[in-house]
Amino acid sequence: MSEQFEPVIVGFLCNWCSYRAADLAGTARIKYAPNMRPIRVMCSGRVDPQFVLKALREGADGVMIAGCHPGECHYVEGNIKALRRFFLLKNLLKQWGVEDERVQLVWASASEGNVLAQAVDRMTQQIRALGPLRWKESVWSENGHGPAEIIEKAPVAEEV
Amino acid sequence: MYWAAACGGCEISTLNIGDKILVVDEVFDLAFFPCIADFKVKDVESYPDGYIDVCLFNGAIRNSENEEMAHLLRQKSKVLVAYGSCAYEGCIPALSNLTTKDETLRTVYLENASLDNPEGILPQVSTKVPEGELTLPEFYHTVKSLDQVVPVDYYLPGCPPEPEQIWAVLQVVVNALLHGSPLPPSGSIVGAGQVAVCEECPREKNEKSISQFYRPYEIIPQPDLCLLEQGIVCMGPATRSGCGALCPQVGMGCRGCYGPLDGVEDQGAKMLSAIASVVGVGAAGMEEHELNEKISSVMDTLADPAGTFYRFSMAHSLLKRVRENGSNGGKE
Repeated sequence: MSEQFEPVIVGFLCNWCSYRAADLAGTARIKYAPNMRPIRVMCSGRVDPQFVLKALREGADGVMIAGCHPGECHYVEGNIKALRRFFLLKNLLKQWGVEDERVQLVWASASEGNVLAQAVDRMTQQIRALGPLRWKESVWSENGHGPAEIIEKAPVAEEV
Repeated sequence: MYWAAACGGCEISTLNIGDKILVVDEVFDLAFFPCIADFKVKDVESYPDGYIDVCLFNGAIRNSENEEMAHLLRQKSKVLVAYGSCAYEGCIPALSNLTTKDETLRTVYLENASLDNPEGILPQVSTKVPEGELTLPEFYHTVKSLDQVVPVDYYLPGCPPEPEQIWAVLQVVVNALLHGSPLPPSGSIVGAGQVAVCEECPREKNEKSISQFYRPYEIIPQPDLCLLEQGIVCMGPATRSGCGALCPQVGMGCRGCYGPLDGVEDQGAKMLSAIASVVGVGAAGMEEHELNEKISSVMDTLADPAGTFYRFSMAHSLLKRVRENGSNGGKE
């Protein structure tokens, strides 16, 4: 029997809505997939695309960005900014060979613990179907063609 | 000065410093400069370690020969400078990290319209011929920057570096050699500014709110207004200064060749943020589907985001190369 693949999803949850939605899901004892690792950010607009790329590179199988519904942002338009970035980031990630399902944007208000829980469940299933990402191991090792090749910086030069 | 995977512009750019080249000639002896003088690798091998005072290494690491030369020149040089964007962060050669080795070879040797290769011969690392065995360097899957194969002392960005900047750096080196003045700390980016290209750009900048992106040939930009404001992708906000904003001044959006600013790991991601911030469509009051449609249709007018945002910094980007085993990977 082979073990089921458990995807690692990094979740960037906004402080005002989605993090509270996750809290609510917990206090309401909603059962949902434990695969999302939440990171609280002040706003979905705070999520720098570098965060997403770094998460994928460092071993995440997917990234979820969750924020308030449009029109309900604590900072008025932070989530609209996140949405603009998200569409461009999706186009970019397609070129890198990352499937759409691996990076998702979810709106969940503070009262929508169930919405967030369902989104995590759905995303976990989708990524489970896609399989692991394992960027460094699979992509940097020449896509399975050759020995693992770590493309990090060479050690720092000695003082001259 | 050595030429790895690059166009050769960097070699020529050293001559752009004009008559100052005579000063360089007074202070330095050429130890190795295959582009302009007859040197063999054997000559370099015969030097004692650290014999070369300054090595200006240009070009990315595309094949095993580039890597061998990088190791050899590192060993023989006191100061190794990643000269130009290719050596610094991959530049145009590293754009092939968006595709695969097989695809690259297929395009170059089998599919280009001007080819005459009926037998479909691809270069091989070794070939047996009656006279013996012929060898070629191995073509790598992934293009790397110089600092990904050997430690680098300084980075001199630019595609190619600007003459004033080259001269400024050479002056520092000359003063260090002749008068013992201190060199900048190892690992520094030299011959470049500390601010964004926008700071050097004389175009008028206002609040930006754009609803469509244009490729440079599609519109004639107004002469004095910020290009990004007019919908032309300009990498200025995410690019280090030092060039004097040459491209934007003549109506071409900044390409990003001086690389990211201090503290930025991934130039493309930063540019993506900047670009998304200037898009003016979509407001909080809209219906969700309308919002999605409006924003995505604007973003779709930006052709080839990966190639645009990472035109020079692919080798130093966070992801570094395409994932070809993804369901939509490797196919552009």
